[in-house]
Amino acid sequence: MSAEQDSTTNVFFTALDGVINWSRRSALWPETFGIACCAIEMISAGCSRYDLDRFGIVFRASPRQSDVMVIAGTVTKKFAPIVKLLYDQMPEPRWVIAMGSCAISGGVYNTYAVVQGSELLVPVDVNVPGCPPRPDALMHGFLLLQEKIKRSRSGRHIPVRDVDDVPVSTGKPPPQ
Amino acid sequence: MPDAALLNILKSTCDRFIVDSFDTTDGFPCLVIERNNIVPLCAQLKRHSDLQFNFLSDICVVDFLPKIPRFEVLYHLYSIPYKYRLRLKCPFTEGQEIPSVTTVWRTANWHEREAYDMYGIVFSDHPDLRRIFMWDEFEGYPQRKDFPLRGYRDEYNPFGEEPDWSEDQDWSH
Amino acid sequence: MTEMTLLDKSPGNESPIKEILLNLGPQHPSTHGVLRLLLQMEGEKIEALDIIIGYLHRGNEKLAESFTYTQIIPLTDRLDYLCQPSNNLAYCLAVEKLLGIEAPERAQYIRVMMTELSRISGHLLISGALPMDLGAMTTLLYVMREREMIMDLMEMATGARMHSSYVRVGGIREDLPEGFTDRMLEFCRIFRARIVDYETLVDKNRMFLRRTRDIGVISAVDAIDWGLSGPCLRASGVDWDMRRDNPYEIYDRLQFDVIVRENGDCYDRWKCRMDEMRESVKMIEQCLAQMPKQGPVMVDMPQIAFPGDKGKVQASMESLIQQFQLSAYGFKVPAGETYVSIEAPKGELGFYIISDGSEKPFRMKIRAPSFVNLQVLYDLCKGYYLADVIAIVGSLDPVMKEVDK
Repeated sequence: MSAEQDSTTNVFFTALDGVINWSRRSALWPETFGIACCAIEMISAGCSRYDLDRFGIVFRASPRQSDVMVIAGTVTKKFAPIVKLLYDQMPEPRWVIAMGSCAISGGVYNTYAVVQGSELLVPVDVNVPGCPPRPDALMHGFLLLQEKIKRSRSGRHIPVRDVDDVPVSTGKPPPQ
Repeated sequence: MPDAALLNILKSTCDRFIVDSFDTTDGFPCLVIERNNIVPLCAQLKRHSDLQFNFLSDICVVDFLPKIPRFEVLYHLYSIPYKYRLRLKCPFTEGQEIPSVTTVWRTANWHEREAYDMYGIVFSDHPDLRRIFMWDEFEGYPQRKDFPLRGYRDEYNPFGEEPDWSEDQDWSH
Repeated sequence: MTEMTLLDKSPGNESPIKEILLNLGPQHPSTHGVLRLLLQMEGEKIEALDIIIGYLHRGNEKLAESFTYTQIIPLTDRLDYLCQPSNNLAYCLAVEKLLGIEAPERAQYIRVMMTELSRISGHLLISGALPMDLGAMTTLLYVMREREMIMDLMEMATGARMHSSYVRVGGIREDLPEGFTDRMLEFCRIFRARIVDYETLVDKNRMFLRRTRDIGVISAVDAIDWGLSGPCLRASGVDWDMRRDNPYEIYDRLQFDVIVRENGDCYDRWKCRMDEMRESVKMIEQCLAQMPKQGPVMVDMPQIAFPGDKGKVQASMESLIQQFQLSAYGFKVPAGETYVSIEAPKGELGFYIISDGSEKPFRMKIRAPSFVNLQVLYDLCKGYYLADVIAIVGSLDPVMKEVDK
């Protein structure tokens, strides 16, 4: 393959990436999926004054219509299978924002009932720290995600995650 | 709070149920009772026209692990007409059942389910005794003093206690 | 699920309408968090339901046993996350009762003022969210405007929008900043006018009225039996408000009406909250007028309170040691037990604390009003339509973090 040919294919793919990424990042639809206190700040971010709509971020009530899952609150072991299920229900491409310290690392709740970070459940793209993060911080998180999408290569093949059986924790030590 | 008057009424009406009565450090009148007397006593407290403890604020279980009797169940009662508050205490050992007060106050339902979930205390005659906070597959009673705060290590909590293989824990009470 | 409290149908009792078992939640925009309802329906009528909670159970009570008394305050923030100062206040009053101390007068006024402000913020959100659940999105957008004003005030006084941990054992963290009083008065003035707007937005709306009036009716006797408290109980006609009947802090010096309504339906519960916000505004204004203009806001007890003057910590060795001791080890609380409850926005919020004389409580039990209020759904939903369940859940105003503790 000559250098000339190589460059034309490259140009073609970059341009397509640009268009796809532009369209993807300009209409990020997060799921209306509040768990705890952070959900209140997420609502604040979506309502008057902060108004996320101006970034093309419109909350959708169903995971099947949404692109982004904002994990806004403490994920407990009882709730973990549901978070996973919701993630699996979202169409590709999909992104996850972990909002607040509980979602990032379990936060102050290092107890028998809490998942120590939603990274253990779903692949997280952006962590928004705070307890709870201010609406501005969530907005910044969304902008970072847009930046990430802008730089991603959409032309490549994205491996689809299998829908595994959702494990249920028994709280008891596993058999050795 | 008119504690003296309240205690007098209590003594005259429910004396046969009461093991001990005293004012606790925070000024609550407090009755210590036998576990088999809970339901008749509560019914009487609710019915008595001079007391009318119609509002069950809270049911709380305390685990005094090394001590015997190990558990204590507390009832915080409130009388909306007279503004009285009262605390009932009922000590009991592990494995004993407590009569349910759901027949007296329906609100006891979830309080007792919570006590069952967190401490494994069985309330006899409870209409629907099953776990409320934890999921059904969960084993152990997390708020007991011998349950580790971080639980046991699993895929979701890598900081949990190392399982102790030497000791074969008996999770059924 | 092992066994559900659903009705079983005996063979002779079948109806031509198909029965459906419907799962509502835990991810549902109208269940106010992670509440899950299993509804057994005949057609569209609810026959029986099961409430499944615990999706947010974090083990606060167990965690508190390993925290010092000061460290627990942030945990209480995260119970009813709409009205944090109330939770702080109930907890701090319990610890203060064990310690046998009382906050200075100015601190008490500020505590009450912040509690009432947060009561407005909590009631405001739910009074906007209930119409939104029924399809009137406008109200939510309007109430969020005023909620942002409250958040600003909170941030000005406490430094945080939501979880402020402002109320501390023995007082409050720091005095109000300069200019706070004026902004608060300004807010009261604006809010009093705007609350009329919200009411006219939905109060005369036939659709809203038909979906809330005579829906989810509960009688006074039943409400007490189910342990309802707060606006849910007062909407059923029970005249009980702990701010008046067992006054704590400086509530006995304030003039306010206890809002009691008759019907005990969804509309009355919503209306009760609306009117309570008016009373809260009244109370805030009275607090501002009566408050001593100067004075300490923290008890002068070096073993409990951080040194009031931060400059001292840098200048004097004793203050530095005190600061270090308090932050590293906490303070000891005499052995004893106490149950203290206050009138939180959701109802009776109680803390039962057993101290064994160390820096950490031996046992802390939270009497969470939302937890107790929620179980009335078993009774309330039967016989109503599926759409009414949303209205009923909304009117009970459960905060799931408080329900699950």
